[in-house]
Amino acid sequence: MYKLMIVDDSNIIRNRIQRAYDSGKFMLVATATSGVQAIEKFNVHRPDVITMDLTMPQMDGLECIERIIAIDPDVRILVVSALSDKATGIQALSLGASGFLCKPFSAEELAESLCELMQD
Amino acid sequence: MKEQKLQIFLSIVNNYFNQFGGEELLVDTPYLLENQQPKVHDYTGVIGISGVQKGVVYFSATNEMLSRILDSMGEPDKSENNFVDLVGEVANTIAGNARNEFGASFHISVPFVFKGSPQSIILPKDERSFIIPVTWYGQVGEIVVCLQN
Repeated sequence: MYKLMIVDDSNIIRNRIQRAYDSGKFMLVATATSGVQAIEKFNVHRPDVITMDLTMPQMDGLECIERIIAIDPDVRILVVSALSDKATGIQALSLGASGFLCKPFSAEELAESLCELMQD
Repeated sequence: MKEQKLQIFLSIVNNYFNQFGGEELLVDTPYLLENQQPKVHDYTGVIGISGVQKGVVYFSATNEMLSRILDSMGEPDKSENNFVDLVGEVANTIAGNARNEFGASFHISVPFVFKGSPQSIILPKDERSFIIPVTWYGQVGEIVVCLQN
């Protein structure tokens, strides 16, 4: 069972992700509404996999990815964002993210992306 | 703003509602807003645009449309907090998806959300604002796009 943390400033998106992941493979250990909160909770819960929004107040997702990867380079991060340009995707991957899922997404796409992330 | 850009937003808005399956989104003829206040519904999410383009993109919808979207997401909580959250998230998704066409220099702000009708809405001067009226399951909303040429 992989430990999962969901990072998104939107309550309804966090709920949507919670309803979509495969509960046979993932166990939710924390949610966070900003990059700052994500780093605090990462240090406490040490998830194996994180879904990460990019556009958030206080600290955006790209900076958060960089900081979390500096703490644990092995954590898997799936970016879940509306920012659909290639440059942002490439930047996120170069900072250490393992995958990118563009909003809007279906429950099936999210579940599949998370499973693929852990198979690599 | 050129009509070519409008086409980009029409495609994005259709894609957003298509994610839910079910009834197809009805997009009424977009129109140019000149010297009048844009119409707003119960909740409005505004995204400021800066960088290579300047302007605003906003999504405004009735309680009923937002409630229908929440249903389609499987979200049972129809509280005001979730309406505020949703209308901002829809605006954010529409503006964020536009970066696929406009590139990473199309900077978007975090959403600003308001409820009800303000006394006046001031859109950027000297720019054309396009209104895209949409209907979904009989409920109405609008996407307003105001960008520099």
